Amino acid sequence: MTKIKSIKQLTGLLEEHLKGKVSTKIYNDALEKLKEKYKEYGLSVEEVLDIVNEIINRYTSSQVDPGEPVGTVAAQSIGEPSTQMTLRTFHYAGVREFNVTLGLPRLIEIVDARKKPSTPIMWIYLDEEHKYDEEKAKEVARRIEMTTIENVAVEIDATPYEGAVIRLDPVMLADKGITVDDVINVLKKLKIGKNVYKDPEEEYTVRVELKQEKIDYTKIEKIKSKIASATIKGIKGIKKIIIQKQGDEYVLVAEGSNLSGVLKVPGVDYRRVYTNNIAEIEAMLGIEAARQAIIKEIKGVLDEQGLDVDIRHIMLLADIMTWTGRVRQVGRMGISGEKASVLARAAFEMTVPKLADAAASGETDPLVGVTENVIIGQPVPVGTGIVNIYMTYINKEEEPETPLEGEISISMGNEESGEKQDSEE
Amino acid sequence: MPQKTHHINILEHELVPKHEKLTPQEAVQLLKQLGIKPAQLPWITIDDPVVKALKAKPGDIIRIIRKSPTAGESIAYRYVVVDTLQPKKRGV
Repeated sequence: MTKIKSIKQLTGLLEEHLKGKVSTKIYNDALEKLKEKYKEYGLSVEEVLDIVNEIINRYTSSQVDPGEPVGTVAAQSIGEPSTQMTLRTFHYAGVREFNVTLGLPRLIEIVDARKKPSTPIMWIYLDEEHKYDEEKAKEVARRIEMTTIENVAVEIDATPYEGAVIRLDPVMLADKGITVDDVINVLKKLKIGKNVYKDPEEEYTVRVELKQEKIDYTKIEKIKSKIASATIKGIKGIKKIIIQKQGDEYVLVAEGSNLSGVLKVPGVDYRRVYTNNIAEIEAMLGIEAARQAIIKEIKGVLDEQGLDVDIRHIMLLADIMTWTGRVRQVGRMGISGEKASVLARAAFEMTVPKLADAAASGETDPLVGVTENVIIGQPVPVGTGIVNIYMTYINKEEEPETPLEGEISISMGNEESGEKQDSEE
Repeated sequence: MPQKTHHINILEHELVPKHEKLTPQEAVQLLKQLGIKPAQLPWITIDDPVVKALKAKPGDIIRIIRKSPTAGESIAYRYVVVDTLQPKKRGV
């Protein structure tokens, strides 16, 4: 028994025997814990080596074996819990004011890779200067929140003779930090009338003289809605902002999503802005960020329902969805529809058209995947079925150089069949 | 209302893991070690914002160092490809 003399020696031992053999997280954890125990009780070299061997053994035995059908297992592990999800569509996830789609509808939305979620939401974190002060947070919120004339007006009316009359709400104007002149400028840009002016008698009323040719009852409604939806300021698509306190900082939660717009707003910590619109993340931050977002969103949905699914299954699903460099949906137009095997594609949906197309273009099926072998009743290339034996033929006439049993080489089946597993919704 | 825009670097965003371009030597060594052709790696398209930021070209291999909840840190590779199926659908 040789005692370890210093922490440096302990670190050296671990670096020599454990580093590179297990994942960095396990290595760091082991190092931390051993340091702690060393300080408490002192350790010997033999003890440490025993522990290291035990760690390596457990690590290797918990790894996935070659040929393990990880895709099928992942599909089942996500699919089964999702049948237990409550079908109630709407929940209020932490934010009382917002409707957030959760549960099965949201899960389907994610795996279908929809361009726009039904309830887009953004979490906007603020930079050092703005995040500790509610007033400053409000100031940033005003910059982002899309404000239309409708939001600050009490009444919008238009008649052919009087023109358009917009009565503004002074309280709302002050709240949004907008002046009457701002509204007038926006109205001028709309180019609906030849003259925009403040009513000389009422302070908060703006009048627009309509162009002569536009004085037509059928067009009045159109003009009214055009005025109502005119944007005064803010980022397009962000409808409503709520200021939330998370720990000691203020965070803006926004209904609506526009990642490219919000990232550029001064006062926003662009490093931490998050949206539940995965397509926007893909376009702005790239495929790897989209992968992270898919994992985060699916995990969020399952956690919210109290379902405990191992994150590795979700990571595999996200990996396959982002495999081609774009977010693909799980389904006919995506992963299942792009499989190499004709039979596997036909087994999913639209059997006859798929088979007819394949026949028309003269496709062949090498039968290397799981689905096609199930169809024709062959052993599936999964688990022990993935192993093939090749024997080298030895000519009896010649003197055999190698022993008589011949050379046996074992090769793994086609790896691609493993990746392109079905992931059921 | 004029707004000054501040400089943003998407590589610093917390969702974006660390991306590195492999040198040709590293790429050859990697492919030999894995025993595969480059196209068998996962892909990343040439119009991906991160690829643009790294100024990578089609045919390059990108090393991605992801923070993983299970492994602490995991390394993945992606092969830069030109996507001919959906050209220029981006720009939300």
